[in-house]
Amino acid sequence: MPNLLAFAETRAGAIRKAGFEAVTAARACADASGGGEVHALLVGAPGIAAKADSLGEHGANVVIVTEHPAFERYNPEATAALVADRIRSGGYRVAVFSSTAQGRDLAPRVAAILDAAIVTDVIAMAIEQNDIVVTHPVDTGKLIATWAIGGSPAIIAMRPGAVLLAPSARAVRVERAEPVGDPAAVRVVTTELRMGDGATMDLGDAPVIVSGGRGLKSAENFRLVEELAAAFGNAAVGATRAVTDDGWRPHSDQIGQTGRLVSPDLYVAVGISGAIQHLAGMRTSKTIVAINKDREAPIFKVADYGIVGDVFDVVPALTAAVRAARAASA
Amino acid sequence: MKIAVCIKRVPVMDQRLPIAASGIAIDESGLKFDVNDFDLWAVEAGLQLKEKLGQGEVVIVSLGSDAVQEQIRKALSMGADRGIHLKAAAVPPDARVVARALADELKPGGFDLILFGRVAVDVSNGATGAMVAQLLGLPCVTAVSKLEIKDGRGRAQRELEGAQEMVEFPLPAVLTIDEGLNRERLPSLKGIMAAKKKPLEVKPVTLGESRITVRRLQPPPERAAGRIIGEGSAAVPELVRLLQTEAKVL
Ligand SMILES: Cc1cc2nc3c(=O)[nH]c(=O)nc-3n(C[C@H](O)[C@H](O)[C@H](O)COP(=O)(O)OP(=O)(O)OC[C@H]3O[C@@H](n4cnc5c(N)ncnc54)[C@H](O)[C@@H]3O)c2cc1C
Ligand SMILES: Nc1ncnc2c1ncn2[C@@H]1O[C@H](COP(=O)(O)O)[C@@H](O)[C@H]1O
Repeated sequence: MPNLLAFAETRAGAIRKAGFEAVTAARACADASGGGEVHALLVGAPGIAAKADSLGEHGANVVIVTEHPAFERYNPEATAALVADRIRSGGYRVAVFSSTAQGRDLAPRVAAILDAAIVTDVIAMAIEQNDIVVTHPVDTGKLIATWAIGGSPAIIAMRPGAVLLAPSARAVRVERAEPVGDPAAVRVVTTELRMGDGATMDLGDAPVIVSGGRGLKSAENFRLVEELAAAFGNAAVGATRAVTDDGWRPHSDQIGQTGRLVSPDLYVAVGISGAIQHLAGMRTSKTIVAINKDREAPIFKVADYGIVGDVFDVVPALTAAVRAARAASA
Repeated sequence: MKIAVCIKRVPVMDQRLPIAASGIAIDESGLKFDVNDFDLWAVEAGLQLKEKLGQGEVVIVSLGSDAVQEQIRKALSMGADRGIHLKAAAVPPDARVVARALADELKPGGFDLILFGRVAVDVSNGATGAMVAQLLGLPCVTAVSKLEIKDGRGRAQRELEGAQEMVEFPLPAVLTIDEGLNRERLPSLKGIMAAKKKPLEVKPVTLGESRITVRRLQPPPERAAGRIIGEGSAAVPELVRLLQTEAKVL
């Protein structure tokens, strides 16, 4: 009955959805293998401890909190040293991270310190006797691999959205841990964090993603996509490579083979053809909606619900209808 | 400035990848291969830095079977100076093993900058660069989409989800390159001719034991066939109804 560690990823002082998903994944894995404990690690600036209880609601038995002003922003070197030290001293069988930009930066560093095997972008995991068995899309999602990881610990990073959040309330014990070394003495210094405008969420957290393609014709018209995302209230904006290449949106918005890999509850593709490289990043979404004027566009092959039409006609109507539906249910 | 770029030979992704009879690997016969996209952008970044500084050396390192020499030659024909082929019969999907072999080679090399791709599109793990940095004790920036090197220090932009982070770091350092930094140049005819004469050193390596074993390789589950519910804005009420009652996402 091994214990598992989950890293509760934060940004700007809040636990990210992906962080709760890591705890949820660890809980499910522990329950299915005889009920070990889940210990969540929460690292942040002083005050972050106030969020510990919310991790208990997702199944953490223990929340280990480390507070230091130098953890206000993601601090790779100091966080890696701390996490590796906790894993070593706690003797965890598995450490679960999020396969976000932050998690994909942190988890390999931790794995290298511990000489542990690592798999990122995991969509399912289980403990089987001596192995941790993970499911992981390879070759841009064209194939799904099942890998068995021997040895302990195993370092896993879960694809955002691959885990359904399920409440599993525990009374948490909060423990404190000191940083390892001086977290302020780092070599790579973050000088600035540029975030979106706040009306929409980010791709790592959002249950809904509204993505735009070249069908929008110009950067200005991306407003239509932003407004639809804002109407949902819990949506992020994504884009195709055609769009990021033309500079209409930053590269960090790109979904696909060479962009972000996402798995939201709802993916709305607006003026997107559905090239195989785009599908590689979003085909695991739970529900897909496509709006395209070309009935033959490949995106309709994967869309649960398709509307054949002009984005300039359909999207404003959809935005108004979503807004109205949410107002009615509020 | 001495720059190393680690490149991986991967199957070209816009072709069918048939699963071999073993059920745990793809059948490589007749497949086309190329340098991993992200690694091409890393090579381009190295070449641009060398050109800008007017001096330096760009060294290509690749671990794999003899076949990887084709990819090393491609990087040389783009303009890199020399290649190192770390020769091993088969490379497991365990990034620990790959990172260790690369780190052992890179350690005594005296490189100011070691560049990786953000992720190899075949195993899709994105772990090797940061692991090598850790093994070498060097500062590391992952997912770099803008880069400037000046007076022995670097400034880079990292891509997060819907956000960018600006960082500063000292050299020597390890970077993993994201899309958006550049587009790679095509090898010129002159470059291809010159590459034939550039040094390519072959070094047999013994890899550590893999802790990852492949159990299965399968096509992804089929999605239910797509359904077109209507045309134009007239179809919007039906869509909203389905999102509420069937998909339950609204
Ligand atoms: C190595 C490699 C990696 C790649 N990686 C990625 C990746 O990560 N992500 C990615 O997205 N792409 C990637 N691509 C590019 C990919 O192949 C496609 O070129 C790209 O996805 C197309 O973007 P798009 O759908 O916006 O544009 P297009 O293919 O031009 O499609 C535009 C669509 O909009 C529709 N349209 C036009 N006007 C309207 C209108 N008024 N109303 C409604 N619909 C309209 C058209 O019918 C069309 O279907 C990659 C390509 C390569 C070679
Ligand atoms: N066999 C290899 N030889 C050289 N470099 C490699 C090899 N495998 C991975 N890399 C480098 O590590 C990066 C990330 O690979 P991965 O961690 O496997 O996704 C790649 O983009 C390459 O830069």
